[in-house]
Amino acid sequence: MRYNAFNIFKEGLTGNKGWRPAWREPEPKPEYDMIIIGGGGHGLATAYYLAKNHGLKNIAVLEKGHIGSGNIGRNTTIVRANYFLPGNSEFYSHSLKLWETLETELNYNVMHSQRGVINLFHSDGQRDTFARRGNMMINQGDDAELLTKEAVREELPYLDFDNGRFPIYGGLFHKRGGTARHDAVAWGYARAADQLGVDLIQKCEVTGIDVLGGVVKGVQTSRGPIRAKKVGIVVAGRSSQVAEMAGLKVPIESHVLQAFVTEGLKPAIDHVVTFGMGHFYISQSDKGGLVFGGDLDSYASYAQRGNLPMMEHVMEAGMALMPAIGKAKVLRSWGGIVDMTPDGSFIIDKTEIENLYMDCGWCYGGFKAVPASGWCMAHLMAEDQPHEVAKRHTFERFKTGCGIMDEEGTGSQHNLH
Amino acid sequence: MRINCPLCGHRDIREFYYLGAEDYLVRPAEGDLEATHEYLHVRKNPDGLTKDVWQHEAGCRAWLLVERNTATHEVLTVELIKPKKDILL
Repeated sequence: MRYNAFNIFKEGLTGNKGWRPAWREPEPKPEYDMIIIGGGGHGLATAYYLAKNHGLKNIAVLEKGHIGSGNIGRNTTIVRANYFLPGNSEFYSHSLKLWETLETELNYNVMHSQRGVINLFHSDGQRDTFARRGNMMINQGDDAELLTKEAVREELPYLDFDNGRFPIYGGLFHKRGGTARHDAVAWGYARAADQLGVDLIQKCEVTGIDVLGGVVKGVQTSRGPIRAKKVGIVVAGRSSQVAEMAGLKVPIESHVLQAFVTEGLKPAIDHVVTFGMGHFYISQSDKGGLVFGGDLDSYASYAQRGNLPMMEHVMEAGMALMPAIGKAKVLRSWGGIVDMTPDGSFIIDKTEIENLYMDCGWCYGGFKAVPASGWCMAHLMAEDQPHEVAKRHTFERFKTGCGIMDEEGTGSQHNLH
Repeated sequence: MRINCPLCGHRDIREFYYLGAEDYLVRPAEGDLEATHEYLHVRKNPDGLTKDVWQHEAGCRAWLLVERNTATHEVLTVELIKPKKDILL
Protein backbone atom coordinates (compact mmCIF):
# COMPACT_ATOMS: atom_id res chain seq x y z
CA MET A 1 0.00 0.00 0.00
CA ARG A 2 1.27 3.47 -0.86
CA TYR A 3 1.62 5.84 2.02
CA ASN A 4 -0.25 9.04 1.19
CA ALA A 5 -2.78 11.47 2.63
CA PHE A 6 -5.68 9.78 0.87
CA ASN A 7 -4.88 6.37 2.36
CA ILE A 8 -4.45 7.81 5.85
CA PHE A 9 -7.84 9.49 5.49
CA LYS A 10 -9.47 6.33 4.12
CA GLU A 11 -7.95 4.11 6.82
CA GLY A 12 -9.00 6.61 9.46
CA LEU A 13 -12.61 6.25 8.34
CA THR A 14 -12.51 2.45 8.11
CA GLY A 15 -10.98 1.60 11.48
CA ASN A 16 -7.36 1.36 10.25
CA LYS A 17 -7.94 -2.25 9.22
CA GLY A 18 -6.22 -2.01 5.85
CA TRP A 19 -2.63 -1.42 7.01
CA ARG A 20 -0.27 -4.29 6.27
CA PRO A 21 3.23 -5.04 7.59
CA ALA A 22 5.79 -2.84 5.83
CA TRP A 23 7.71 -5.87 4.58
CA ARG A 24 7.33 -9.65 4.26
CA GLU A 25 9.16 -12.18 6.42
CA PRO A 26 10.21 -14.74 3.83
CA GLU A 27 11.98 -18.05 4.44
CA PRO A 28 15.48 -18.09 2.93
CA LYS A 29 15.65 -19.68 -0.52
CA PRO A 30 18.44 -22.20 -1.24
CA GLU A 31 20.08 -19.84 -3.73
CA TYR A 32 20.21 -16.13 -4.58
CA ASP A 33 21.97 -14.14 -7.29
CA MET A 34 23.02 -11.52 -4.75
CA ILE A 35 23.37 -11.81 -1.01
CA ILE A 36 23.94 -8.76 1.15
CA ILE A 37 25.25 -9.58 4.62
CA GLY A 38 23.94 -6.92 6.98
CA GLY A 39 20.47 -5.40 7.22
CA GLY A 40 21.49 -1.94 8.34
CA GLY A 41 21.11 1.28 6.37
CA HIS A 42 23.94 0.57 3.94
CA GLY A 43 22.95 -3.06 3.32
CA LEU A 44 19.29 -2.25 2.76
CA ALA A 45 20.17 0.65 0.46
CA THR A 46 22.51 -1.65 -1.51
CA ALA A 47 19.73 -4.21 -1.97
CA TYR A 48 17.25 -1.50 -2.95
CA TYR A 49 19.52 -0.01 -5.63
CA LEU A 50 20.50 -3.45 -6.95
CA ALA A 51 16.83 -4.02 -7.65
CA LYS A 52 15.95 -0.47 -8.67
CA ASN A 53 18.96 0.72 -10.69
CA HIS A 54 20.18 -2.59 -12.06
CA GLY A 55 16.88 -4.42 -12.49
CA LEU A 56 18.10 -7.47 -10.57
CA LYS A 57 15.75 -9.99 -8.99
CA ASN A 58 16.58 -12.74 -6.55
CA ILE A 59 18.37 -10.65 -3.93
CA ALA A 60 18.50 -11.37 -0.19
CA VAL A 61 19.58 -9.29 2.78
CA LEU A 62 20.72 -11.43 5.73
CA GLU A 63 20.49 -9.78 9.12
CA LYS A 64 21.53 -11.48 12.35
CA GLY A 65 19.25 -9.36 14.54
CA HIS A 66 16.39 -7.31 13.22
CA ILE A 67 16.36 -4.66 10.50
CA GLY A 68 18.03 -1.46 11.61
CA SER A 69 19.29 -2.73 14.97
CA GLY A 70 22.89 -1.68 14.45
CA ASN A 71 24.52 1.68 13.89
CA ILE A 72 21.67 2.99 11.74
CA GLY A 73 19.72 3.20 15.00
CA ARG A 74 22.62 4.43 17.15
CA ASN A 75 23.95 7.51 15.38
CA THR A 76 23.36 11.25 15.77
CA THR A 77 21.47 11.53 12.45
CA ILE A 78 23.48 14.25 10.73
CA VAL A 79 23.34 14.62 6.96
CA ARG A 80 25.88 16.88 5.23
CA ALA A 81 28.19 17.23 2.25
CA ASN A 82 31.00 19.44 3.53
CA TYR A 83 34.03 17.34 2.66
CA PHE A 84 37.26 18.72 1.31
CA LEU A 85 39.22 16.06 -0.54
CA PRO A 86 38.62 14.71 -4.04
CA GLY A 87 36.94 11.34 -3.60
CA ASN A 88 34.99 12.26 -0.49
CA SER A 89 33.79 15.51 -2.02
CA GLU A 90 31.95 14.02 -5.00
CA PHE A 91 30.74 11.00 -3.04
CA TYR A 92 29.03 12.96 -0.26
CA SER A 93 27.72 15.48 -2.79
CA HIS A 94 26.04 12.59 -4.61
CA SER A 95 24.70 11.31 -1.31
CA LEU A 96 23.16 14.65 -0.33
CA LYS A 97 21.40 14.88 -3.69
CA LEU A 98 19.92 11.43 -3.11
CA TRP A 99 18.79 12.52 0.36
CA GLU A 100 16.95 15.47 -1.14
CA THR A 101 14.62 13.20 -3.12
CA LEU A 102 14.73 10.19 -0.81
CA GLU A 103 11.24 10.51 0.65
CA THR A 104 9.57 10.59 -2.76
CA GLU A 105 11.87 7.82 -3.97
CA LEU A 106 11.03 5.49 -1.08
CA ASN A 107 7.46 6.72 -0.46
CA TYR A 108 8.49 6.99 3.19
CA ASN A 109 8.84 9.93 5.54
CA VAL A 110 12.45 9.89 6.71
CA MET A 111 11.99 13.35 8.26
CA HIS A 112 14.92 14.77 6.32
CA SER A 113 15.31 18.29 7.65
CA GLN A 114 17.75 20.66 5.92
CA ARG A 115 18.16 22.89 8.93
CA GLY A 116 21.74 23.84 8.14
CA VAL A 117 25.08 22.83 9.62
CA ILE A 118 27.34 25.50 11.14
CA ASN A 119 31.01 24.66 11.80
CA LEU A 120 32.45 27.23 14.18
CA PHE A 121 35.98 28.62 13.93
CA HIS A 122 38.06 30.31 16.59
CA SER A 123 41.13 31.92 15.02
CA ASP A 124 42.26 33.68 11.85
CA GLY A 125 44.09 30.56 10.72
CA GLN A 126 41.05 28.38 11.21
CA ARG A 127 38.94 30.92 9.29
CA ASP A 128 41.30 30.56 6.31
CA THR A 129 41.05 26.77 6.48
CA PHE A 130 37.27 26.91 6.61
CA ALA A 131 37.12 29.42 3.75
CA ARG A 132 39.20 26.99 1.72
CA ARG A 133 36.91 24.11 2.63
CA GLY A 134 33.90 26.26 1.70
CA ASN A 135 35.45 26.98 -1.69
CA MET A 136 35.98 23.27 -2.26
CA MET A 137 32.33 22.64 -1.40
CA ILE A 138 31.20 25.34 -3.84
CA ASN A 139 33.51 23.95 -6.54
CA GLN A 140 31.87 20.58 -6.02
CA GLY A 141 28.51 22.25 -6.66
CA ASP A 142 27.33 22.24 -3.07
CA ASP A 143 26.58 25.21 -0.86
CA ALA A 144 28.80 26.96 1.66
CA GLU A 145 28.74 30.40 3.21
CA LEU A 146 31.35 31.96 5.48
CA LEU A 147 29.63 33.68 8.40
CA THR A 148 31.15 36.53 10.40
CA LYS A 149 30.93 36.52 14.16
CA GLU A 150 27.91 38.85 13.97
CA ALA A 151 26.18 36.63 11.41
CA VAL A 152 26.75 33.60 13.66
CA ARG A 153 25.36 35.58 16.60
CA GLU A 154 22.18 36.20 14.63
CA GLU A 155 21.72 32.47 13.98
CA LEU A 156 23.03 31.12 17.30
CA PRO A 157 22.56 33.82 19.96
CA TYR A 158 22.92 31.31 22.79
CA LEU A 159 26.65 30.57 22.29
CA ASP A 160 29.41 31.88 24.55
CA PHE A 161 31.11 34.09 21.95
CA ASP A 162 33.82 35.39 24.22
CA ASN A 163 35.02 32.12 25.66
CA GLY A 164 38.51 32.71 27.02
CA ARG A 165 40.15 29.76 25.29
CA PHE A 166 38.11 29.50 22.06
CA PRO A 167 36.37 32.81 21.27
CA ILE A 168 34.05 32.44 18.28
CA TYR A 169 35.35 34.21 15.17
CA GLY A 170 32.63 32.97 12.80
CA GLY A 171 31.33 29.85 11.14
CA LEU A 172 31.04 27.92 7.90
CA PHE A 173 27.35 27.57 7.08
CA HIS A 174 26.22 24.60 4.98
CA LYS A 175 22.52 25.29 4.51
CA ARG A 176 21.62 22.06 2.75
CA GLY A 177 23.01 20.04 5.63
CA GLY A 178 20.76 18.90 8.45
CA THR A 179 19.34 15.78 10.03
CA ALA A 180 17.01 12.87 9.29
CA ARG A 181 15.13 10.29 11.34
CA HIS A 182 17.68 7.47 11.47
CA ASP A 183 15.36 4.49 12.05
CA ALA A 184 13.01 5.70 9.33
CA VAL A 185 15.85 5.54 6.81
CA ALA A 186 16.31 1.82 7.54
CA TRP A 187 12.57 1.16 7.52
CA GLY A 188 12.05 3.18 4.34
CA TYR A 189 14.77 1.32 2.43
CA ALA A 190 13.59 -2.01 3.84
CA ARG A 191 10.02 -1.44 2.74
CA ALA A 192 11.00 -0.13 -0.68
CA ALA A 193 13.44 -3.02 -1.27
CA ASP A 194 10.82 -5.54 -0.17
CA GLN A 195 8.35 -4.09 -2.66
CA LEU A 196 10.91 -4.66 -5.42
CA GLY A 197 11.10 -8.33 -4.41
CA VAL A 198 14.17 -8.32 -2.16
CA ASP A 199 13.97 -10.98 0.57
CA LEU A 200 14.78 -9.41 3.94
CA ILE A 201 15.76 -12.32 6.17
CA GLN A 202 16.01 -11.37 9.82
CA LYS A 203 17.36 -13.47 12.69
CA CYS A 204 19.69 -15.08 10.18
CA GLU A 205 23.29 -14.87 11.32
CA VAL A 206 26.01 -15.57 8.79
CA THR A 207 28.43 -18.03 10.38
CA GLY A 208 30.65 -18.81 7.41
CA ILE A 209 31.45 -17.78 3.87
CA ASP A 210 31.96 -20.57 1.34
CA VAL A 211 34.87 -20.00 -0.99
CA LEU A 212 35.98 -22.51 -3.60
CA GLY A 213 39.05 -21.95 -5.76
CA GLY A 214 39.14 -18.25 -4.92
CA VAL A 215 35.47 -17.73 -5.86
CA VAL A 216 32.66 -17.14 -3.39
CA LYS A 217 29.92 -19.77 -3.58
CA GLY A 218 27.56 -18.87 -0.77
CA VAL A 219 27.21 -18.49 2.96
CA GLN A 220 26.55 -20.66 6.00
CA THR A 221 23.91 -19.19 8.29
CA SER A 222 22.07 -19.95 11.50
CA ARG A 223 19.17 -20.87 9.20
CA GLY A 224 21.17 -23.19 6.96
CA PRO A 225 23.46 -22.81 3.96
CA ILE A 226 22.51 -20.43 1.14
CA ARG A 227 24.23 -20.44 -2.24
CA ALA A 228 24.94 -17.16 -3.98
CA LYS A 229 26.51 -15.90 -7.19
CA LYS A 230 27.74 -12.71 -5.51
CA VAL A 231 28.05 -11.71 -1.87
CA GLY A 232 28.41 -8.22 -0.41
CA ILE A 233 29.67 -7.71 3.14
CA VAL A 234 28.02 -4.55 4.49
CA VAL A 235 28.48 -4.88 8.23
CA ALA A 236 30.42 -1.81 9.41
CA GLY A 237 31.31 -2.26 13.07
CA ARG A 238 31.91 -5.98 12.60
CA SER A 239 33.72 -5.97 9.27
CA SER A 240 36.79 -7.73 10.64
CA GLN A 241 34.78 -10.67 11.98
CA VAL A 242 32.79 -11.24 8.79
CA ALA A 243 35.82 -10.72 6.55
CA GLU A 244 37.67 -13.31 8.64
CA MET A 245 35.03 -15.89 7.68
CA ALA A 246 36.36 -15.59 4.14
CA GLY A 247 39.96 -15.66 5.37
CA LEU A 248 40.45 -11.92 4.81
CA LYS A 249 42.16 -9.40 7.05
CA VAL A 250 41.13 -5.79 6.60
CA PRO A 251 42.75 -2.44 7.49
CA ILE A 252 40.19 -1.72 10.16
CA GLU A 253 40.24 -1.23 13.92
CA SER A 254 36.88 -1.07 15.74
CA HIS A 255 36.39 1.82 18.13
CA VAL A 256 33.56 3.06 20.31
CA LEU A 257 31.94 6.43 19.66
CA GLN A 258 29.59 7.79 22.32
CA ALA A 259 26.49 9.93 21.95
CA PHE A 260 24.11 11.58 24.39
CA VAL A 261 20.55 12.83 24.49
CA THR A 262 18.82 15.08 27.02
CA GLU A 263 15.21 15.23 28.15
CA GLY A 264 12.82 16.82 25.64
CA LEU A 265 12.96 20.61 25.62
CA LYS A 266 11.13 23.35 23.75
CA PRO A 267 12.74 24.22 20.40
CA ALA A 268 16.02 25.96 21.20
CA ILE A 269 18.68 24.80 18.76
CA ASP A 270 17.59 25.21 15.15
CA HIS A 271 20.73 23.97 13.38
CA VAL A 272 23.44 21.38 13.68
CA VAL A 273 26.32 23.18 15.41
CA THR A 274 29.84 21.80 15.52
CA PHE A 275 32.59 22.96 17.84
CA GLY A 276 35.60 21.18 16.39
CA MET A 277 38.10 22.59 18.87
CA GLY A 278 36.20 20.91 21.71
CA HIS A 279 35.32 17.79 19.69
CA PHE A 280 31.65 18.58 20.25
CA TYR A 281 28.57 18.83 18.07
CA ILE A 282 24.89 19.23 18.85
CA SER A 283 21.44 19.37 17.31
CA GLN A 284 17.90 19.10 18.65
CA SER A 285 15.68 16.23 17.61
CA ASP A 286 12.10 16.79 16.50
CA LYS A 287 11.05 15.24 19.81
CA GLY A 288 12.93 18.01 21.62
CA GLY A 289 15.94 16.15 23.01
CA LEU A 290 19.35 17.73 22.56
CA VAL A 291 21.44 15.17 20.70
CA PHE A 292 25.18 15.61 21.03
CA GLY A 293 28.45 13.79 20.87
CA GLY A 294 32.18 14.09 20.72
CA ASP A 295 35.25 12.18 19.74
CA LEU A 296 36.11 8.50 19.83
CA ASP A 297 37.14 6.95 23.12
CA SER A 298 40.30 6.11 21.15
CA TYR A 299 41.06 2.49 21.92
CA ALA A 300 39.88 -0.66 20.17
CA SER A 301 36.50 -1.73 21.56
CA TYR A 302 33.40 -3.74 20.77
CA ALA A 303 31.62 -2.94 24.02
CA GLN A 304 28.95 -0.58 22.59
CA ARG A 305 29.51 1.65 25.58
CA GLY A 306 32.29 4.08 26.38
CA ASN A 307 34.13 5.17 29.46
CA LEU A 308 33.50 8.15 31.70
CA PRO A 309 36.49 10.38 30.78
CA MET A 310 35.15 10.96 27.25
CA MET A 311 31.69 11.56 28.64
CA GLU A 312 33.08 14.20 30.99
CA HIS A 313 35.07 15.77 28.17
CA VAL A 314 31.97 16.06 25.95
CA MET A 315 29.95 17.65 28.75
CA GLU A 316 32.74 20.14 29.45
CA ALA A 317 32.98 21.07 25.78
CA GLY A 318 29.21 21.55 25.64
CA MET A 319 29.32 23.80 28.69
CA ALA A 320 32.16 25.83 27.20
CA LEU A 321 30.24 26.38 23.98
CA MET A 322 26.73 27.00 25.30
CA PRO A 323 26.59 27.31 29.09
CA ALA A 324 22.77 27.27 28.99
CA ILE A 325 22.71 23.51 28.33
CA GLY A 326 23.98 22.95 31.85
CA LYS A 327 20.35 23.13 32.93
CA ALA A 328 19.28 20.26 30.67
CA LYS A 329 19.36 16.75 32.10
CA VAL A 330 21.03 13.98 30.15
CA LEU A 331 18.58 11.12 29.71
CA ARG A 332 20.65 8.54 27.90
CA SER A 333 24.10 7.88 26.58
CA TRP A 334 25.26 5.05 24.39
CA GLY A 335 28.13 3.92 22.24
CA GLY A 336 28.30 2.64 18.70
CA ILE A 337 31.05 0.45 17.28
CA VAL A 338 32.68 2.09 14.30
CA ASP A 339 35.07 0.68 11.71
CA MET A 340 38.10 2.95 11.79
CA THR A 341 40.33 2.93 8.72
CA PRO A 342 43.87 4.35 8.83
CA ASP A 343 42.95 7.51 6.86
CA GLY A 344 39.45 8.04 8.25
CA SER A 345 37.70 7.43 4.91
CA PHE A 346 35.58 4.47 3.88
CA ILE A 347 36.12 1.48 1.55
CA ILE A 348 33.78 0.19 -1.18
CA ASP A 349 35.77 -2.34 -3.13
CA LYS A 350 36.21 -5.85 -4.48
CA THR A 351 38.15 -8.30 -2.32
CA GLU A 352 40.81 -10.83 -3.24
CA ILE A 353 38.00 -13.36 -3.55
CA GLU A 354 36.05 -13.28 -6.78
CA ASN A 355 32.43 -12.10 -6.48
CA LEU A 356 32.93 -11.09 -2.84
CA TYR A 357 32.64 -7.35 -2.21
CA MET A 358 32.99 -5.16 0.86
CA ASP A 359 31.42 -1.88 1.94
CA CYS A 360 33.08 -0.94 5.22
CA GLY A 361 35.29 1.49 7.13
CA TRP A 362 32.65 4.17 7.68
CA CYS A 363 34.51 5.55 10.69
CA TYR A 364 32.31 8.04 12.56
CA GLY A 365 30.34 9.23 9.53
CA GLY A 366 28.32 6.46 7.92
CA PHE A 367 24.80 7.76 8.37
CA LYS A 368 24.85 10.58 5.82
CA ALA A 369 26.46 8.20 3.34
CA VAL A 370 23.68 5.61 3.38
CA PRO A 371 22.05 6.50 0.02
CA ALA A 372 25.29 6.92 -1.95
CA SER A 373 26.92 3.93 -0.26
CA GLY A 374 24.02 1.72 -1.32
CA TRP A 375 24.08 3.28 -4.79
CA CYS A 376 27.82 2.69 -5.29
CA MET A 377 27.96 -0.75 -3.67
CA ALA A 378 25.05 -1.87 -5.87
CA HIS A 379 26.90 -0.53 -8.90
CA LEU A 380 30.08 -2.35 -7.90
CA MET A 381 28.28 -5.65 -7.32
CA ALA A 382 26.13 -5.48 -10.44
CA GLU A 383 28.72 -4.15 -12.90
CA ASP A 384 31.87 -5.48 -11.25
CA GLN A 385 33.27 -1.96 -11.71
CA PRO A 386 33.53 0.81 -9.11
CA HIS A 387 31.07 3.67 -9.44
CA GLU A 388 32.58 6.96 -10.61
CA VAL A 389 32.11 8.72 -7.24
CA ALA A 390 33.53 5.85 -5.16
CA LYS A 391 36.38 4.66 -7.37
CA ARG A 392 39.05 6.11 -5.05
CA HIS A 393 37.76 4.21 -2.01
CA THR A 394 39.84 1.09 -2.45
CA PHE A 395 41.75 -1.26 -0.15
CA GLU A 396 44.78 -0.70 -2.36
CA ARG A 397 45.29 2.93 -1.32
CA PHE A 398 46.69 1.91 2.05
CA LYS A 399 49.21 -0.43 0.51
CA THR A 400 50.48 2.00 -2.12
CA GLY A 401 49.98 5.21 -0.14
CA CYS A 402 48.50 6.67 -3.31
CA GLY A 403 45.05 8.22 -2.95
CA ILE A 404 44.94 8.36 0.84
CA MET A 405 41.92 10.48 1.87
CA ASP A 406 42.95 11.95 5.20
CA GLU A 407 40.44 14.79 5.74
CA GLU A 408 41.95 15.77 9.07
CA GLY A 409 45.50 15.88 7.76
CA THR A 410 46.79 13.89 10.71
CA GLY A 411 48.32 10.93 8.88
CA SER A 412 47.30 7.50 7.70
CA GLN A 413 47.58 5.36 10.81
CA HIS A 414 45.00 3.75 13.05
CA ASN A 415 45.28 5.84 16.18
CA LEU A 416 45.26 9.18 14.38
CA HIS A 417 41.59 9.63 13.49
CA MET B 1 38.71 1.55 32.67
CA ARG B 2 41.81 1.48 34.86
CA ILE B 3 45.18 0.09 33.92
CA ASN B 4 47.50 -1.45 36.48
CA CYS B 5 50.84 0.10 35.56
CA PRO B 6 53.67 -2.19 36.78
CA LEU B 7 55.54 0.87 38.04
CA CYS B 8 52.75 3.12 39.33
CA GLY B 9 49.88 0.79 40.23
CA HIS B 10 46.20 1.15 39.29
CA ARG B 11 45.67 4.41 37.43
CA ASP B 12 42.78 6.05 35.60
CA ILE B 13 42.63 5.47 31.84
CA ARG B 14 43.00 9.18 31.12
CA GLU B 15 46.66 8.98 32.14
CA PHE B 16 47.32 6.55 29.29
CA TYR B 17 47.88 6.99 25.57
CA TYR B 18 46.71 4.22 23.25
CA LEU B 19 49.04 3.46 20.34
CA GLY B 20 47.37 0.38 18.88
CA ALA B 21 47.54 -3.36 18.43
CA GLU B 22 50.61 -5.38 19.41
CA ASP B 23 51.46 -5.59 15.69
CA TYR B 24 53.51 -2.46 16.38
CA LEU B 25 56.03 -4.59 18.28
CA VAL B 26 57.16 -6.57 15.27
CA ARG B 27 58.85 -4.18 12.95
CA PRO B 28 59.10 -5.31 9.32
CA ALA B 29 62.36 -5.49 7.45
CA GLU B 30 63.27 -2.32 5.67
CA GLY B 31 62.05 -2.25 2.08
CA ASP B 32 59.46 -5.00 2.57
CA LEU B 33 56.41 -3.04 1.43
CA GLU B 34 53.91 -5.85 1.93
CA ALA B 35 55.04 -6.39 5.51
CA THR B 36 55.10 -2.65 6.18
CA HIS B 37 51.49 -2.42 4.98
CA GLU B 38 50.52 -5.26 7.32
CA TYR B 39 52.42 -3.64 10.18
CA LEU B 40 50.85 -0.21 9.74
CA HIS B 41 47.32 -0.90 8.54
CA VAL B 42 46.01 -4.47 8.56
CA ARG B 43 44.61 -5.63 11.86
CA LYS B 44 43.15 -8.78 13.32
CA ASN B 45 40.85 -6.49 15.32
CA PRO B 46 39.45 -9.19 17.63
CA ASP B 47 36.12 -9.02 19.42
CA GLY B 48 37.35 -10.35 22.76
CA LEU B 49 40.89 -10.86 24.02
CA THR B 50 43.51 -8.61 22.52
CA LYS B 51 46.94 -7.27 23.32
CA ASP B 52 47.72 -3.67 22.61
CA VAL B 53 50.38 -1.07 23.22
CA TRP B 54 49.76 1.82 25.60
CA GLN B 55 51.99 4.45 27.17
CA HIS B 56 51.59 5.69 30.73
CA GLU B 57 51.88 9.16 29.26
CA ALA B 58 50.83 11.22 32.26
CA GLY B 59 52.67 8.97 34.69
CA CYS B 60 55.97 7.14 34.42
CA ARG B 61 55.86 7.30 30.58
CA ALA B 62 56.66 3.60 30.31
CA TRP B 63 55.39 1.68 27.29
CA LEU B 64 53.06 -1.14 28.26
CA LEU B 65 51.69 -4.24 26.64
CA VAL B 66 48.11 -4.54 27.89
CA GLU B 67 46.08 -7.70 27.57
CA ARG B 68 42.39 -6.85 27.73
CA ASN B 69 38.95 -7.78 26.49
CA THR B 70 37.54 -5.47 23.81
CA ALA B 71 34.01 -6.73 24.43
CA THR B 72 33.96 -5.93 28.16
CA HIS B 73 36.81 -3.42 28.68
CA GLU B 74 38.26 -5.78 31.28
CA VAL B 75 42.03 -5.36 31.71
CA LEU B 76 43.78 -8.69 32.36
CA THR B 77 47.54 -8.31 32.40
CA VAL B 78 49.91 -5.39 31.98
CA GLU B 79 53.61 -5.77 31.34
CA LEU B 80 56.46 -3.44 30.57
CA ILE B 81 57.71 -3.42 27.00
CA LYS B 82 61.47 -3.84 27.02
CA PRO B 83 63.21 -1.36 24.77
CA LYS B 84 64.63 -3.10 21.73
CA LYS B 85 66.60 -1.67 18.88
CA ASP B 86 64.01 -2.62 16.28
CA ILE B 87 60.96 -1.19 18.04
CA LEU B 88 60.25 2.45 17.37
CA LEU B 89 58.53 3.57 20.53
